[in-house]
Amino acid sequence: MMLKISNLQARIEEKEIIKGLNLEIKPGETHAIMGVNGSGKSTLANVLGGREEYEVTGGSVEFLGKDLLEMDPEERAREGLFLAFQYPVELPGVLISYFLRTAYNAIREHRGEAAVQVREFNKLIQEKSKLLQLSPELLKRSVNEGFSGGEKKRNEIFQMAILEPKLCILDETDSGLDIDALQIVSEGVNTLKQEDPERSFLLITHYQRLLNYIVPDYVHVMIDGKIVKSGGKELALELEEKGYSAFQSSSAA
Amino acid sequence: MSSDTETLENFTSQDYKYGFTVDIEADELPTGLNEEIIRALSAKKDEPEFMLEWRLKAYKKWLTMKSPEWAFLEIEPIDYQGLKYYSAPKQKAELKSLDEVDPKLLETYERLGIPLEEQKRLAGVAVDAVFDSVSIATTYKEELHKAGVIFCSISEAVREHPELVKKYLGSVVPYTDNYFATLNSAVFSDGTFVYVPKGVQCPLELSTYFRINAQNTGQFERTLIIADEGSSVSYLEGCTAPMRDENQLHAAVVELVALEGSQIKYSTIQNWYPGDKSGKGGIYNFVTKRGVAEENAKISWTQVETGSAITWKYPSCILKGDNSVGEFYSVAITNNKQQADTGTKMIHIGKNTKSTIISKGISAGTAQNSYRGLVKVLRGADNARNFSQCDSMLMGDKCGAHTFPYIEVDNPTAQVEHEATTSKIGEDQLFYCNQRGISTEDAIGMIVHGFCKEVLNELPMEFALEARQLLAISLEGSVG
Repeated sequence: MMLKISNLQARIEEKEIIKGLNLEIKPGETHAIMGVNGSGKSTLANVLGGREEYEVTGGSVEFLGKDLLEMDPEERAREGLFLAFQYPVELPGVLISYFLRTAYNAIREHRGEAAVQVREFNKLIQEKSKLLQLSPELLKRSVNEGFSGGEKKRNEIFQMAILEPKLCILDETDSGLDIDALQIVSEGVNTLKQEDPERSFLLITHYQRLLNYIVPDYVHVMIDGKIVKSGGKELALELEEKGYSAFQSSSAA
Repeated sequence: MSSDTETLENFTSQDYKYGFTVDIEADELPTGLNEEIIRALSAKKDEPEFMLEWRLKAYKKWLTMKSPEWAFLEIEPIDYQGLKYYSAPKQKAELKSLDEVDPKLLETYERLGIPLEEQKRLAGVAVDAVFDSVSIATTYKEELHKAGVIFCSISEAVREHPELVKKYLGSVVPYTDNYFATLNSAVFSDGTFVYVPKGVQCPLELSTYFRINAQNTGQFERTLIIADEGSSVSYLEGCTAPMRDENQLHAAVVELVALEGSQIKYSTIQNWYPGDKSGKGGIYNFVTKRGVAEENAKISWTQVETGSAITWKYPSCILKGDNSVGEFYSVAITNNKQQADTGTKMIHIGKNTKSTIISKGISAGTAQNSYRGLVKVLRGADNARNFSQCDSMLMGDKCGAHTFPYIEVDNPTAQVEHEATTSKIGEDQLFYCNQRGISTEDAIGMIVHGFCKEVLNELPMEFALEARQLLAISLEGSVG
């Protein structure tokens, strides 16, 4: 099992957001969680990433057989969990290449592998940047500083390509992307899916649009901190057609 | 993280609490300050008459002065009569081997990449006779001698090169200058003297490390650097490792004389004991640093200040000659209860003079960090230009950053620019780094280094890496 979430409950500042969520993701599967703003889907991403402000009040999460909630955020990352941020932060003065090499080597060290030197790493960067059609100029800049919204999102997937995680969580990666950018990002993700058939994906999104490009195995509808309905990729279309309100009542029932 | 901070703090406070007991050395003057003490001090140093007279004039002036209160600092009153003004060589209890040194201290040295023998010196361990520090220093001295560069202690210079000392000492910072500089003029213990002859590019990076007896310059350090016409020199003072030091008050004076067409680059890394988390102990660092640049000369100050409980320091440039250039690059970090009021003064006197100020202040804990800078353009300074950039970074919500720029322009052709920003090192940034597998310590180091880059780039290469690690260690545990 890649990820097993059982009866997860979490809150932020005394406000219950996730109210008993269950989800299982097997290696190689792609799941999509869809929900309106405030349904708790981004909270789920943050809880899985290990953000401190979110307090887990109940339930458990297993990641590759280990207790995820026991781990620090950096440990989760080193174990292979990657979160593509909805709002990637800027790190002024920190070069992307330096940032990524530090991350890359921290993960290698965790696996008991030798650190990679600058030259070798730069080759890797050049290679992977083509995949996301990131200009080499961008890579010489500080992390996300002065990037457009689309560049920031592409940079997230680029980092994902470099760090080669086992589980990729994409938190509203499609928001704020135009069609061209959405295609580039999706192609990047699809390449990563093919690259390692064991790699799993959890797509968190508001709209069905993204799922035209990255086809999920399962779709879950999240309302008020719970998954109210799960199904195949056709569920996303149904949702698009009927709207979330149709499912709202089923959650109340 | 918090356990790291504790360890770090434990070792610093422990060291200063009971790690080092001072043996009473016979060669000492009694506690207190009066004319007799100064006479005795000068006699012990075998100084010429002019030096003693100068010290006495300064002392008389000092008696009429008051400790300055304009800085944004809270300073406990200092008992000047409770201090000892001569104790040489200042004997510290020597430890026999590194085994006796607190392992936490050694760990920090290791992380900073301090060589083993250097670790011993810093921790106060008797250095082996086998250690070839003497031979390194000797080779060093020979090379400088060949170039005609004089590099020695100021005490030695007073005896061996009185004509230079007489001509230049006090020429940039007069003995009447300010409370602390005047006190220093009366009682300065030792320090560095550098003279680079006409047209000579000093072949080596000068640093206190290579000056024999550099360890015990005492609390009233005096430095005088003279770059003769067309010469150039780079000098680095300080060390990135926590220095063992029992003196609470440090009032140093540094004077730079950059004659026509010369260049002086002066870099400082200051990492004195900042006091414990509650603000107890720690060094008061009241420094007067100033340089005069003659025609076509350039003076560049670079400082990385992470230590001391209180820092009061404004390295300044008097741009006297036409086309002279002044630069000030500063990183000041304050954590816990540390207070820093630091900045610069750029005084434009000559025509076409240029100055650049880049100041980066970082505050964590409940520390207060103030930038105070003066840019003054005098009437005759046609086409003077200044660019100032003051950036502050806050870590947590209990610390403070303040900017006090003073701009006085008396010439309509002058161009003065001032930019200031304040940012916060966010939980967001740290989480972002953590989520990529980067530890919090590395993340802080990375973010702070990114913030300070323009300044750190000015440091001599070999110290840049140490400085980077030092920044991370100084700020450990200050977030989250």
